[in-house]
Amino acid sequence: MGSAFVTRLEGPAPEVELARDMIRRALPVAPIFVLVCAAMWSVDGAISSGYGIGIVLGNFALSAAMLAVTARISLVLMMGAALFGFLARLAIIFAAVLLVKDASWMSLPALGVTLVVTHLGLLFWEMRYVSLSLAHPGLKPRRPKPRSHQRAMKESVAP
Amino acid sequence: MSLLHQAIELASEATTTAAEGATTAAADAKATAGASSAGNAYGLAAIGPGIGIGYIVGQSISAMARQPESAGMVRSTMFLGIAFTEALALIGFVVFILLKFV
Repeated sequence: MGSAFVTRLEGPAPEVELARDMIRRALPVAPIFVLVCAAMWSVDGAISSGYGIGIVLGNFALSAAMLAVTARISLVLMMGAALFGFLARLAIIFAAVLLVKDASWMSLPALGVTLVVTHLGLLFWEMRYVSLSLAHPGLKPRRPKPRSHQRAMKESVAP
Repeated sequence: MSLLHQAIELASEATTTAAEGATTAAADAKATAGASSAGNAYGLAAIGPGIGIGYIVGQSISAMARQPESAGMVRSTMFLGIAFTEALALIGFVVFILLKFV
């Protein structure tokens, strides 16, 4: 007799999809943000903002990977990964900033603004899509089917 | 008379030295207090999100264990919830680095 409760999750990991989506959306927008920071804090600001964007995207990717891997093993492990992963990622971000804080190219205000704006901006942007697809599952964008499959469908429908 | 002058000079030097010492001590105390406050602010900013993430993940796991068919939706929402909660800690961290190093 099987257990009434699920203790691990098989199948695709939505976290990885979300993180990949956010990274895909961030890449075209990142140069614009870097240019804005360059206008405000010169070249140092541009480099610092690029560094900040890298930190944020790495943080999302690491978080998603940790949750996806641990969910396949055990839900309890996923809980542990979420909590200790939070601490570990904060420590990694702290170390990443501490290592370069005295570098000649570092502009801390630019880095700080980039960290907060990129993190929240990407989240709100992604939330728009997720909430839309949760509220209206029929509108969820899907990958287009291959052309040969579409042609075969048309031919089968045509008299 | 000269003895009196010498005594006054000595007293004024002692006063100046004491004032300089007090100024240095005050600056040191201010720097220490600033570092301590920044550390406390960062620590406090990390506690709230820690509690929040624990609550989010706990409730999500409970939901997924009871309704495995909704696990995909719950996990998406959980991931976004964790990331939003983490933003609070990130804001605390940014405030910390701006207070401490700028």
